Amino acid sequence: MNNIFELKNLCTQVRRDILRMIYYANSGHPGGSLGCTEFFVALYKKIMNYTSNPFKIEGKNEDVFFLSNGHISPVYYSILSRSGFFNIKELYSFRKINSRLQGHPTNHEGLPGIRISSGSLGQGMSVSIGYAISKKLNNDPYLVYSLHGDGELNEGQIWEAILYAGAKKIDNYIATIDYNKKQIDGSTDDVLPMGNLKKKFESFDWEVLEEYEGNNIEKVINILLKAKKKTKKNKPVVIILHTKMGYGVDFMYDNHIWHGKPINKEQLYKSLEKLPETIGDF
Amino acid sequence: MIFNYKYQGLKQTRLGFGDALVKIGENNDKIIALCADLTESLCMTNFSKKFPKRFFQIGIAESNMIGIASGLSINGYIPYTGTFANFSTSRVYDQIRQSVSYSNKNVKICASHSGISLGEDGATHQSLEDIGLMKMLPGMTVINTCDYNQTYEATIAISKYNGPVYLRFGRPEVANFTKKNSFKIGKALLLKEGKDVTIISTGHLVWESIEAANFLLKEGIDCEVINIHTIKPLDEKFILKSVLKTRCLITAEEHNYIGGLGESIAGLLSKKLPTLQYFVAVNDMFGESGKPKELMKKYKITTKDIIKKVNKIFKKKINK
Repeated sequence: MNNIFELKNLCTQVRRDILRMIYYANSGHPGGSLGCTEFFVALYKKIMNYTSNPFKIEGKNEDVFFLSNGHISPVYYSILSRSGFFNIKELYSFRKINSRLQGHPTNHEGLPGIRISSGSLGQGMSVSIGYAISKKLNNDPYLVYSLHGDGELNEGQIWEAILYAGAKKIDNYIATIDYNKKQIDGSTDDVLPMGNLKKKFESFDWEVLEEYEGNNIEKVINILLKAKKKTKKNKPVVIILHTKMGYGVDFMYDNHIWHGKPINKEQLYKSLEKLPETIGDF
Repeated sequence: MIFNYKYQGLKQTRLGFGDALVKIGENNDKIIALCADLTESLCMTNFSKKFPKRFFQIGIAESNMIGIASGLSINGYIPYTGTFANFSTSRVYDQIRQSVSYSNKNVKICASHSGISLGEDGATHQSLEDIGLMKMLPGMTVINTCDYNQTYEATIAISKYNGPVYLRFGRPEVANFTKKNSFKIGKALLLKEGKDVTIISTGHLVWESIEAANFLLKEGIDCEVINIHTIKPLDEKFILKSVLKTRCLITAEEHNYIGGLGESIAGLLSKKLPTLQYFVAVNDMFGESGKPKELMKKYKITTKDIIKKVNKIFKKKINK
């Protein structure tokens, strides 16, 4: 998929998927999912090289992504299904009994595209580092990507990992921080101010990139391409990606109350009207 | 009468881990070792020198260590993490739960300095709840070895088993007595046949159980001594067979009686063969500083305590 117009349409479709999944489940996390849509579309459609079918959990000789903030599973499931990992129709089963699409992503039920469980926050960077080391041991030139919430950076384990990756020069790895400045209880500045994130990462010996328009697909592609060029230079790479929680749905826009709140039927249709383009709903 | 052991002097169980790690490292280039700043204590120094590219010093960051191990395992590596039992389990429980157990990763969590026999460091470093924590995790194999030989063989055996494992061993020098090729994951080890009382023990209490049984034999009580090294999955058949014969048992372990081997066996017997059982274990308390032997005595987990409980249960049995 090369055309920006097509990618934008796909973003709209992914947002439709997110809203419909959460509506049908009457549960789930729309805010961060909508805010990270461009990131996922860019990553899976323009940046990473991978094989979706057959999915191989070892991920040898392909790029590999880990979602650390597992609660934004709707956007993850949508892009995985629309990249051929599993049938789009399966999105219906999100958060329902006997489903492979658990509330938070897991390999436990064998869903293609997922290599580890996440949900309890702060663990994905350590896993990504371990996996990046395995690629180095294998002389596998492909890269490892991960996504983390900004609220997730409250967790102590993340800082253990940030310290380790910088100190041990894990340079085949690109982490992205979804910097929407919102978490469950309110703004990240109110809950636990994290100060100058860029400087913090720099002082841990990371290569830091920042993109202020994280909901502009072209900008997101460009920053990811730039990040790729910064790899294999003795430093891990992080992208501080400014996004807006609930992007694409006016009444959710930049509002922390939509972190983990489902929508009713009226809200669903109101939202879908704002996002008219469909490639084909599930 | 079978006496299925041979005393071979004193040796640390952790040394069995360190020696075996080098051995499997030589034979399998997928073996990785990770340590959280306790390389010497875990006897991982030889591995780190011999295979520097496959040894990862994580620093004092156990959560990160578990996550990195999990990530390594996705690509087919077999990571062995090493730190003290307390920092291997309770400190990183959620990391193990989500990134290892629920994700079914082939990570070997290897823990030294378990129980109270690490001694002087006191309760912060003594782990008396780790078996319970680990056995509650679905899919986790839980092994507590009793001597150098068994730890050596277990360290090798778990490399050939695909799935998460908790391997628990200790700090001090203890009797080395199990025979070669006597360890199989999930298989009870019969150390002495007997007909009057079954003693089932794990870890450092196994040798004490043998000593107790030998003393009691002279007193006219013929004990059967079984070593359960694999607490999960439990060798149910073997336990039931022995208890069916003796109709009473003592369990012995260096762990809280809540959550330990004794509790697992009580759970089994309550379902399949309700039987009177006495526990030689720590009585729901934290440990403290002291010499290992002093601590074992104070917390009532010695040969003498086993003898006492066997006498008591045997009397009850014959007076029934």
